[in-house]
Amino acid sequence: MNYGIVSQEQLEQIDVILSDKLIKLGVDCVIIIDMAGNIITAKDNGESKYDVYSFAALAAGNFATVDAMAKLVGEQEFSLLFHKGQESNIHFSKIDDELLLISMFGQDISLGFLRLNVVDVVEKIRKIWEKE
Amino acid sequence: MSFINLKEKVVQVKIVYYGPGRGGKTTNLEFVNRTYRKQILSEMVSLKTHGDRTLFFDFLPFDMGKIKGYDIKIQLYTVPGQVKYNATRKLVLRGVDGIVFVADAMEKQREKNIRSLNQLHENLQSYKESIFKIPLVMQYNKVDLKEHGIPVLPLSVLQNDLNSRLKVPYLEASAITGYNVAATLKKIISSSVISIQKKLL
Repeated sequence: MNYGIVSQEQLEQIDVILSDKLIKLGVDCVIIIDMAGNIITAKDNGESKYDVYSFAALAAGNFATVDAMAKLVGEQEFSLLFHKGQESNIHFSKIDDELLLISMFGQDISLGFLRLNVVDVVEKIRKIWEKE
Repeated sequence: MSFINLKEKVVQVKIVYYGPGRGGKTTNLEFVNRTYRKQILSEMVSLKTHGDRTLFFDFLPFDMGKIKGYDIKIQLYTVPGQVKYNATRKLVLRGVDGIVFVADAMEKQREKNIRSLNQLHENLQSYKESIFKIPLVMQYNKVDLKEHGIPVLPLSVLQNDLNSRLKVPYLEASAITGYNVAATLKKIISSSVISIQKKLL
């Protein structure tokens, strides 16, 4: 994987997967970021207006903090992270050592159903990286 | 490492303001935020303690326009300066493209500057980066205090303490009045962008 630069083809494939598997399901916004807080790609349902750049910086910091805490208690990692709110929820999932998939969704999707789809998406994205 | 999106032609550049506590890192970002409000699309994010000290980081993204058809998005971060927060300082340095070392020119802070710079060296090593290779600019902050009768280290001492081996560009500045804040930023942006270009060629 040539991380740092992603080809146009790879990004298009990833965008299709995110749209088909998560946005169509009813997820408001999906972002893939790297651990430095850069945005790889962001997709939304056209209605949500999040400040994705600030979000990415905070999310990377948040995930890194939780990761450091995991190491302190002797865990390799906490690969799943979920924040629940009144109206919206955020789900974090690690794609690999460098990348993170973040889904923001409302109350009309169950966490279980989202997680099933996220697992599927993560697997498909990994395959795209492997092709390089 | 900077991230380059070939599809949307966007380059994201991560610049970190590093240095000892109460040295003026956040003040630098606040000045940039006020002065270049038009180019900044979102609010500055500050994670701080109740005592107004940086707890995790400050974050300020802005657009710099285009270079060879690519949109350059600059992302400014600060680290928490307090000694006890080294774990979080390390996290912020992940994937950094350029660093501004904000040294405190006050005489009594001399040792803290040196200690902080040494720790930066160690922290970069943990990411297999070298302080001698990464784009770096020295900013000797708080030079305005001279006028208020507060003892300030002369430039030669600061240079000898912090920049005798690194030999990187340096500027005297005053983050609170804005003196050389923009000049520091311009310097580090151009060094970082040149370094990214070199890596790509």
